[in-house]
Amino acid sequence: MRKYIPKDNVQKKAYYTDRYHVVPTVPQSKVDEGSYFAGVLNALGNTVTESSVQLGQLVIHIAPEDNFKVMKTLKETCGYTQCSEQSAVDYLAKDNEFELFWQLLNVGVAKRVRVHCRLANGAAIESIEPLFKSANFAEREMFDMFGIKVNNHPFLKRILMPDDWEGHPLLKTYPLHGDEFASWYEVDKIFGKEYRDIIGPENRDPAKIDIEDTKRFSRVGYEVPFGAEYNAEEETDIEYSETALVNYNKKTSKQLDERR
Amino acid sequence: MAQHQVNYASSAGLPIALTSVDKLVNWGRSNSLWPLTYGLACCAIEMMASGASRYDFDRMGTIFRASPRQADVMILAGTLSKKHSEFARRLYDQMTEPKWVISMGSCANTGGMFNTYATVQGVDRIIPVDIYLPGCAPRPETLQYAMMMLQKKIRRESADMKKNTKQDLTTQTGKRARLI
Ligand code: SF4
Repeated sequence: MRKYIPKDNVQKKAYYTDRYHVVPTVPQSKVDEGSYFAGVLNALGNTVTESSVQLGQLVIHIAPEDNFKVMKTLKETCGYTQCSEQSAVDYLAKDNEFELFWQLLNVGVAKRVRVHCRLANGAAIESIEPLFKSANFAEREMFDMFGIKVNNHPFLKRILMPDDWEGHPLLKTYPLHGDEFASWYEVDKIFGKEYRDIIGPENRDPAKIDIEDTKRFSRVGYEVPFGAEYNAEEETDIEYSETALVNYNKKTSKQLDERR
Repeated sequence: MAQHQVNYASSAGLPIALTSVDKLVNWGRSNSLWPLTYGLACCAIEMMASGASRYDFDRMGTIFRASPRQADVMILAGTLSKKHSEFARRLYDQMTEPKWVISMGSCANTGGMFNTYATVQGVDRIIPVDIYLPGCAPRPETLQYAMMMLQKKIRRESADMKKNTKQDLTTQTGKRARLI
């Protein structure tokens, strides 16, 4: 059998570390003078705090207050008409900040730009939904998963989780198996809190065996009828089977023996 | 004096069949199981395949119905998310008695590989299940086998549904509840 490792705090620590693992870094280069991206940077002016070219894409960092202005310039002046991705990364433990990013595409010249900004915990960001319709759902997802508020969004409510959900699941502090609210959600909603005792907690251990439960488990040599009381040590000498499926077919095997 | 004796208990030669009401009713019920068209995830694809021409559920009298009011079997085919659990239970409640439930696939049985905050860890937490069908995904033959097992189960039952025990939800503490 595999060695048993307690799984209580498994979410809090890395259970596998590769000694030889080197975090891959994406090579960065400066924006060349006179290139296409230099023109984009020129149009954005001094709103850009940092810029580089990674894997043939322009990556810029901006202040969170400027996001609408930057997106507007990128769309109207530079022709970035598609916002293909937008989300956030949780750096709360490290800096008490979220990193937000937007990935834009200029279909005409097949160039992409990624816009980053750092947003303090609890601060709100301006919606870019008036510019890119795709931002509607993306911003709702960001709100649902991280709890980041979006100003002037037309319909800011949860998109994936139920409306009455508590907590924001993509935060790094959110446990993978859910908090107490999550683990009782369906029971509370359908039957009410008083059924918690009757239905019991979720079984998250796929290898769980309950020897007192004679409805779901049977022990070799200690078989009892389905649903019978568990009796600690009462060995049975015959194998007990009452399923219709398992037919040991004693008669035919006897006939075969006789024929031999 | 009669030349031969008629054995009324056998059907030889006479157009009669002796049976009990239970058997007759259950014969009717078990041979026209109408499941609810209710696919939740990838398992539903296999359920659709079972209904389509190659595997052909119809020959067993199993016709998928699009309304819970016309269905008597609920095949929970796939991952039941917590957001959806309320509606699954509502559909189950809308089905008329007698009704049975097949939990299809690992996800419906135990939560399967989705050991996360958003998935119901086994649909038997909210709905009493008659047949658990293992597999990820179970092949259409397996679903047909489960349907045949359900037919067998129905034939064993009493025609009076009140006498039949629904699945008990056994908890770790050993308490039992009937969630019919
Ligand atoms: S058991 Fe497998 S095939 Fe079925 S819904 Fe779950 S993941 Fe999909």
